[in-house]
Amino acid sequence: MKRTIPLIIVFGCGIFMLISFFIPLRWVQDTSQLLQTWYLGVIAFFVFIGIANIVRVNVNKIQRKLADWQYSIILLVFLFVMIGAGIFGGPEGGLFNYLFHNFQIPLSATMFSLLAFFVASAAFRAFRARNPEATLLLIAAVLVMVGRVPVGYWIWHGFPDLVEWLMQVPNTAAKRGIILGIDLGLISMALRVLLGIERSYMGGKD
Amino acid sequence: MLLILILMAQGINVEAFDTPNDDGSSITIRWIPDTQYEFFQILRSLDPDEGFEPLAQLPGDYAEFIDRGLQSGQQYYYLVKAVQKEQETSSEIIGPVLPKAQIFDAGRANILVTIIILFAAILFYIAIARRGEKLYIRKIPALTAMEEAIGRATEMGKPVLYVPGIMDIDDPQTIASMSILSKVAEKTAEYGTPLYVPTSKAMAMTMAQQVVKEAAMKVGRPDWFNADNIRYLTDDQFGYVSAVDGIMMREKPATNFYLGTFYAESLILAETGHATGAIQVAGTAMPDQLPFFVAACDFTLLGEELYAASAYLSQEPVQLGSLKGQDLGKLLIILIIIIGVASRVFGLPFLYNLLNVQQ
Repeated sequence: MKRTIPLIIVFGCGIFMLISFFIPLRWVQDTSQLLQTWYLGVIAFFVFIGIANIVRVNVNKIQRKLADWQYSIILLVFLFVMIGAGIFGGPEGGLFNYLFHNFQIPLSATMFSLLAFFVASAAFRAFRARNPEATLLLIAAVLVMVGRVPVGYWIWHGFPDLVEWLMQVPNTAAKRGIILGIDLGLISMALRVLLGIERSYMGGKD
Repeated sequence: MLLILILMAQGINVEAFDTPNDDGSSITIRWIPDTQYEFFQILRSLDPDEGFEPLAQLPGDYAEFIDRGLQSGQQYYYLVKAVQKEQETSSEIIGPVLPKAQIFDAGRANILVTIIILFAAILFYIAIARRGEKLYIRKIPALTAMEEAIGRATEMGKPVLYVPGIMDIDDPQTIASMSILSKVAEKTAEYGTPLYVPTSKAMAMTMAQQVVKEAAMKVGRPDWFNADNIRYLTDDQFGYVSAVDGIMMREKPATNFYLGTFYAESLILAETGHATGAIQVAGTAMPDQLPFFVAACDFTLLGEELYAASAYLSQEPVQLGSLKGQDLGKLLIILIIIIGVASRVFGLPFLYNLLNVQQ
């Protein structure tokens, strides 16, 4: 029963959502919308579970004086300061906005900007001409890089067009092949989940 | 100018009809566009003799207007006016038009047929597998390497890190990732290797905890399960990345798995993992992120392989049968592409209309 009821719910909801794609009747569409709204409601509830988990894990770390436990204090302090600022001052409140714009955004931007360095280091490894495939990758990458900067046009006027062709034809063809495979894999997995053949996401079979 | 006068004298040709394949709440009004008109005004009434109220004003190059939010079964009348400077010309009153609900969206019939064929192919091979016939499935190196990677972490006495992507459990990739997590957790529990699963969504954390707990119980190691190792970090994309990077730098896991939906954070995670010297297995169905994983990880599951992974790892004949059915589906899609290209090249509108999908 522990698995049977969830499996019935998965099957019922899954088949209904699939059928609703083909039936434009209003009550079918409304029910489909309602199911999605329920999901959003469940997500809202899980915010509390998430916060509870953060508090439990970090309080536990502080109590047991585990490695770097001081950082957990900072985390919890800022968690509750942000919650308090949001509840008492509103999302447009002064303190909430100040913390968001002066802490959250610069920190996120810092992490994102690391990407530039990581792209360079990953490209350095990927573009080593170890075998014919890697050599092809290297040539294509150099052509695209040169063709996308003004100096490429200066060297040869045809570079931008060549790059456009590389991106639009071989690159798009390969990408579409991958996307078709992905969609088929998705359909196959959806059927396995609907029929209860694949249930390891529930922790396995009875 | 003469042309406009002729058009004005002739009035405007307008047709109004029940919008096909809808829930009976709209009517489509069509006319021949003419950019020499400043705009077209669409008016509606419930009575053919009076009470026409303007609904919309559209530029001269527009040819269609869909009147939405109507009551199914109610009679409506329409009038279209074309306006050119001071002058205007009207169509005849069109109607009555009744919006009606359709039970089946005929514009999506080809999708339904394709899905039925794909489902039939998958079920056919599942039935074959159930009969006990051996099916050949090509080797997927990234999946074969998983056990070795976990073994390496065990030998080194270091933990395994499993990142299930940054999306919630309504994303199929997260579901596929949870299925793989189940197999990874079974192995790590069997070897007694710590497994860290930091999540970016609280619901994904609950699911991951359940999956890992069940896997531990399945291999007879319930004591190995530690709920604190499967924890929620933050919903914020880069906050999550910095927290996971922190785990990598502090705990130095010997094996990192990145399986699920990833966006810009894919390369930040993979490069940090590479810097710590971990063996890395990645997999995603995000085509734009695949090159980053291929460049920075040791093994990568490409697109569909992510969805196939759980079936492949289980080695259950029934699940493998579904993979075989999927391959038949791929053959079918290749045939459809060839037919589509041929129909365009040889100008066979019947064929390419069959393949046309209405949104």
